Amino acid sequence: MPKDAVPLLHVEHMSMRFGGLVAVDDLSFIASEGEITALIGPNGAGKTTVFNCITGFYKPTSGRMALVGGGAGADEVAAVTQSGRRYVRETNGKSVFLLERMPDFQIAAEAKVARTFQNIRLFAGMTVLENLIVAQHNALMAASGFTIYGLFGVRSYRSAEARAVQLAKYWLDKAGLMNRADDPAGDLPYGAQRRLEIVRAMCTGPRLLCLDEPAAGLNPRESADLNALLRLISREHSTSILLIEHDMSVVMEISDHVIVLEYGIKISDGSPEDVRKDPRVIAAYLGVEDEEIEVAEQVVAELIR
Amino acid sequence: MTSIDHLVTTGRGQTKFVEGKLGTAVREGVKFAALMFCLSIPILLLRIDSDIDHKPFLQLRWTWPLLAAAIGFLVRFGGLALASTGTKISSKINWHIPPSLSRYFATAGLVFLVLYPLLMLALVGRAGSIKWIDNFGIQVMIYVMLGWGLNIVVGLAGLLDLGYVAFYAVGAYSYALLSTVVIPLYVPWLSPWAFWVCLPMAGLLAGVWGILLGLPVLRLRGDYLAIVTLAFGEIIRLVLINWTDVTKGYAGISGIPRPSFFGLPFTAADNGFAARFGLEFTPLHRTIFLFYVILALALLTNWVSMRLRRLPVGRAWEALREDEIACRSLGINTTNTKLTAFAIGASFAGMAGSFFAARQNFISPESFTFNESAVILAAVVLGGMGSQLGVAIAAFAMVGGTEILRELDWLKAIFGNNFDPTQYRMLIFGFGMVALMIWKPRGLIGTREPSLFIAEKKSISGDLVKEGHG
Repeated sequence: MPKDAVPLLHVEHMSMRFGGLVAVDDLSFIASEGEITALIGPNGAGKTTVFNCITGFYKPTSGRMALVGGGAGADEVAAVTQSGRRYVRETNGKSVFLLERMPDFQIAAEAKVARTFQNIRLFAGMTVLENLIVAQHNALMAASGFTIYGLFGVRSYRSAEARAVQLAKYWLDKAGLMNRADDPAGDLPYGAQRRLEIVRAMCTGPRLLCLDEPAAGLNPRESADLNALLRLISREHSTSILLIEHDMSVVMEISDHVIVLEYGIKISDGSPEDVRKDPRVIAAYLGVEDEEIEVAEQVVAELIR
Repeated sequence: MTSIDHLVTTGRGQTKFVEGKLGTAVREGVKFAALMFCLSIPILLLRIDSDIDHKPFLQLRWTWPLLAAAIGFLVRFGGLALASTGTKISSKINWHIPPSLSRYFATAGLVFLVLYPLLMLALVGRAGSIKWIDNFGIQVMIYVMLGWGLNIVVGLAGLLDLGYVAFYAVGAYSYALLSTVVIPLYVPWLSPWAFWVCLPMAGLLAGVWGILLGLPVLRLRGDYLAIVTLAFGEIIRLVLINWTDVTKGYAGISGIPRPSFFGLPFTAADNGFAARFGLEFTPLHRTIFLFYVILALALLTNWVSMRLRRLPVGRAWEALREDEIACRSLGINTTNTKLTAFAIGASFAGMAGSFFAARQNFISPESFTFNESAVILAAVVLGGMGSQLGVAIAAFAMVGGTEILRELDWLKAIFGNNFDPTQYRMLIFGFGMVALMIWKPRGLIGTREPSLFIAEKKSISGDLVKEGHG
């Protein structure tokens, strides 16, 4: 992580247990503003669990996840934690969101954390455009005066809807889906569905975008399109990205910071180059020779302790 | 089974009629006939009647199971023979009604409804038309309105509600109690306007009950939601039966005031509607007026739900039906979204209920059984969930169809004097539903119209649209 990076998300000592199974054990990391942070690890390492905790679909067993903005530091986070509130947004722009206290929809609406899913979750029976308009629900709901203005077609609502369509068009263009705008989302090919899910999440105007295996099942060309889209999101929209990915070409090419999980434990954390050279990461991914098992077990024992 | 598979494959691929296939078809037909015969023995063969001394005796009607077997043979043999000649009986009809045609049809239907009372007056005269406007027209329109109201909950939001009649009952009893007890006691000067004041109140009260039901069932999905809403409908009915101090139980509430013509009562008196407009008094005025009131209420329901579909709240309902988890990930408060669907759907049922009470003049818990919920839900499902026109057509067919069966007296000339076509109502609906589920599993109009578009409005095939999981 470069020195000048501004932290956005602090995950501190997060654990998640399902009965006797410890899916994530005492995980701490920082995702910085404007960066692409990748979360990698073998199958079953607990990556998606981390995502579900950050986006509120699971409540972590213990730990703190603070999303900060406007230069809020450790003091502000501590103050909000003490106060028992879910989040604080001060007039001077400083904001602290304690994600573990917030319900899922509030994390998306207030803390501005958007996500995609490993198994794509589009509104298949609605058109591509409708998918992007639904994503702007909260802004439009307020503009429609909670339905009352909208029912009578007040001009302020109509212009808000026109703006929403403009934003949708912008993202359709970026995702290369402009000519499919009026088709049902369920009719799109797989790669296009992946891109649509990402731009749908972008229509919520997120500060942090969590992508769960966006390149899974894509062919090399679609994969390259995806990389370009992610870079655009990261550079031009000051949206930070948290990424789960198996495709190492994607990870090494676009991410600024990589965190490696194995069996719910963080085994490496650093720049892509550092992580690539880390022996524990190599061992985790490629397995180890028979004679090295003892050494590996020692390393694991150290980590657990 | 191999012979059938063989037949099916040839039916798809070839058009030649092969001699050997006919033999298979006959064999299959005979098997099917034997099955039908065995199945029909307990149902059709045995009949217990009582003689003059009221002693039961057993009657054997051999012709009935034989007839069933013959029908079974013909259906099976005919189907297979047809398949082997290559005539394709499509398993699913993918006819598609273009939006322009359905709009045209809707406009024609609307014009017909507006002219309907006058048309009936012209066709069957004053005496005959009361029946056609009241028993037929008004009755059907009440169900169309209820169908459209339930369509919000089931068709748009995808929440299976089996207790919708509860809100209908809440509306009916709200109006009945307010107009017979509260208004005469506290605000007697309001009584000429009772209906018009109570109509929105009934809607509001039913909406509150919609939220009360919605709150505990928010976490339930699918079958669980269906069972709880079913129970809720029964609870309301049982409360109406047993809370005799207020509802008078089975005896019901009578003497509910009829709606006035915006303050003018439909009476022969000098201040009545007829006298004021210089018309000759006839009860028909009120019937026609009631028809237009329910037509207006139904159209209001339609307008509001069409409008809501194009607003964020309506899109959120449909998104909820498609994928609830994705909704939450986009910051949509699914709790509120579900509650608004329940509340708005319920308030339309409440208004329909208050109209029902005003039109009947008398209500009792008998009118709010599960059967009503089932009929309304059937109209929504058969019509095509989410399609306004489809639901209206299905409600017409289901409720109007029953009434028309009553009129088919000429069938007695064929089947004898004991034949009562209304007794076959459920059988006919059963066949109709099975046929629809085979050929149009997504309902009459199973396609979905997008709520907004950039270049071209394309209908979405029902196969992509989800039914919702509660």
